Amino acid sequence: MTVSALTLQLLTAEDPAGLLPAREQMALSLGWHIVLACFGVAFPAMIFVVHRRGIVRDDPVALELAKRWSKVSAVLFAIGAVSGTVLSFEMGLLWPGLMGPFGDVLGLPFAFEGLSFFVEAIFLGIYLYGWGRMPPRRHLLMLVPMAAAGVVGTFCVISVNAWMNAPAGFTMVDGEVTNVDPWAAMFNDLVFMQFLHMWVAAFMVVGFAVSGVYAVGMLRGRRDPHHRLGFIVPFVFATVAALTQPFIGHLLGGNLGDRQPAKLAAFELAETTESPSPLRLGGVLVDGEVKWAIDIPVLGSLIAQNSFTEPVQGLDTIPEEDHPPVNLTHWAFQTMIGIGTLLAGAVVLFWFMRWRGRDLLERRWFLRFAAVSGPLAVVALEAGWIATEVGRQPWVVYGVLRTTEAAGSNSGLWWLLGATVVVYAGMTTGAVVVLRSMARRWRAGESDLPSPYGPEPREEVAR
Amino acid sequence: MTLPMLVVAALFVGVLAYALFGGADFGSGFYDLTAGGAVKGAELRTLVDHSIGPVWEANHVWLIYVLVMWWTAFPETFASTMSTLILPMLLALLGIVLRGASFAFRKYAGTLGQARLFGAIFAVSSVVTPFFLGAVAGAIASGRVPATGRGDLWSSWLNPTSMFGGAIAVGTCAFLAGTFLTADAVRSGADRLAEALRRRTLVVGVVTGAVVFAALVPLTRDAPTLTDGLAGRAAPLVVLSAVAGVATLVLLLRRRPAPARVTALAAVAAVVLGWGVAQYPYLLVDEITIADAAGAPATLRALLVAVVLAAVIVVPALTYLFRLTQSEDWTHH
Repeated sequence: MTVSALTLQLLTAEDPAGLLPAREQMALSLGWHIVLACFGVAFPAMIFVVHRRGIVRDDPVALELAKRWSKVSAVLFAIGAVSGTVLSFEMGLLWPGLMGPFGDVLGLPFAFEGLSFFVEAIFLGIYLYGWGRMPPRRHLLMLVPMAAAGVVGTFCVISVNAWMNAPAGFTMVDGEVTNVDPWAAMFNDLVFMQFLHMWVAAFMVVGFAVSGVYAVGMLRGRRDPHHRLGFIVPFVFATVAALTQPFIGHLLGGNLGDRQPAKLAAFELAETTESPSPLRLGGVLVDGEVKWAIDIPVLGSLIAQNSFTEPVQGLDTIPEEDHPPVNLTHWAFQTMIGIGTLLAGAVVLFWFMRWRGRDLLERRWFLRFAAVSGPLAVVALEAGWIATEVGRQPWVVYGVLRTTEAAGSNSGLWWLLGATVVVYAGMTTGAVVVLRSMARRWRAGESDLPSPYGPEPREEVAR
Repeated sequence: MTLPMLVVAALFVGVLAYALFGGADFGSGFYDLTAGGAVKGAELRTLVDHSIGPVWEANHVWLIYVLVMWWTAFPETFASTMSTLILPMLLALLGIVLRGASFAFRKYAGTLGQARLFGAIFAVSSVVTPFFLGAVAGAIASGRVPATGRGDLWSSWLNPTSMFGGAIAVGTCAFLAGTFLTADAVRSGADRLAEALRRRTLVVGVVTGAVVFAALVPLTRDAPTLTDGLAGRAAPLVVLSAVAGVATLVLLLRRRPAPARVTALAAVAAVVLGWGVAQYPYLLVDEITIADAAGAPATLRALLVAVVLAAVIVVPALTYLFRLTQSEDWTHH
């Protein structure tokens, strides 16, 4: 894992024993959960579109898609629910120095997130088991609270992360947290833009991933209405998301230079303050020197500061002990931007060609690209999280609490990390095996997937 | 009522709901585990799938609710409890993860072999998980979790109160699940299955009752503060629990599982509530009181807003879900 190699560089003698394993544990469990959380947020809206079409237009193809997607979501939401629970436990297990003093500052949005998780779980249960047991239109409406819960849930979870970047709602007096205002903490300066960024990212991940599944089917010659609709609905969601995202990202990063200058310097690989700053593509910082970078003059100032002259503050103006791991932050940031730009370009090309009367779904190269666009979007998502999280280091609460102070002294956490790797690998394998077997049986013409323990002997024979 | 008391009451409602509804979901693993081979156990396992499938995720959220309320309202005690009880907490977490994932995987497994593997993981983790949660409760109730910092990693939960707490948790979960599954089986007309479940629930009920009685003696020595509370303030609840437990057994003997669900819920609710009342006013027994452990008042007030919203939004939705799953339309399929 590259993250571990790079965080090793950070290790100094005074770091508590629980720091490095806690970091890795958090990176693994959060990085895994975030993908499933995206499905929880964005999938209900897509299922709603095909389900509604199935009912309103009496379209059996759309209705079948909705049924299949709801079964897929049953599997994904289950492992999303349990991996989210892991995070709840980890907050206390890994970061006692954060949760003890700051739990009552940052906790409120989690309480509201809990509510939205309740709503999502309740209506998921009703929706999944409601097929054929409820009036169709009421059944369809069960998706609405799920989608709404996705919005609220994202806002609340992101609120906590935004608070870690832009702390608010308390004052420190002699090292004690006082004057706690949980509402001010929840509605901090950053929350709205960061929420939008993540919410739209969820639609990119799910939109590209689901449409990619049907692109693979078309590559294998399955060019029926089922595959076309299965591609186009999520692709439309992905299109809107991919085209909006660059603007949101730009606005979110707008005043980063004032807020977190070290993070911006790492993003832009600015070792020294240059006016105007170039946009630095690639490159590595070795012993205080930038090597192998391609510089585009002025563009750095223009993008980061909205100015032709205002520079990006260089790392050499910031105390060494406040530097994040620069190379990882820079590369993660540029990976996110690069993939985001590529995906936005691809959707523009698709719709432009379609407007000109050419269907790129007839082209194998485009289908191949569509097939990998889902994994690419996931990489961009993870890279974005690495950029913002690693870029905030060495702070867990920016400017207030260092990550070393938040960790515990438990060196046994390495065992936990090892066990987590095994369990998550098993869970990933299980999910892949089950989802693939579902797809195989659907292709073979099975519509309902009966419980494998099903009591009727007819099903025993089918096995 | 003071602000911290209101919040702790709201938190304890979550503990209670998780013990009852989450507990019943976990308990179904016991019957799944002991259902026999793939052919013989098929009917029961399908019933388990059908009974807990629509509700387990919603019931699971009570745990999240409890954790979130706890770390927001009483942050220092959350940090010290998690640090001290890291082992049983992690083992419970492992069980929760394996239970949820393998339950979903089993339902859509492509082959019988896979279904058996996922089913075995689901059933074993369902049975085991409540033990560790019960051990956590025992550690807190016997005064082994310090108000700040970290207590002993091992003796904090490897002690008589925790062991009995764990065993009682496993037993009550299975008891609850048994009455619910029996009633479900009766409603869906599976008479032979209902009969088998009824007999096993009776056995589970008698064994659990015996364990609760056996626990009373070691508890007096191991957890004096809790025992004082149970014998004093919480005594009516202890009596209520015993009466409701016996009533459940009688109802099951008379083949009336539907009302037996109510008395079983009452019996378990009285036990859990009895624990809470018995250790009042402590949050962590002998270590810190609810009032002293509370975080910022502004946060407690804000949490009450969340609680009111939960009462307005979540409770009606949850009621709707339960009513649907217990309705005739949803039973036959």
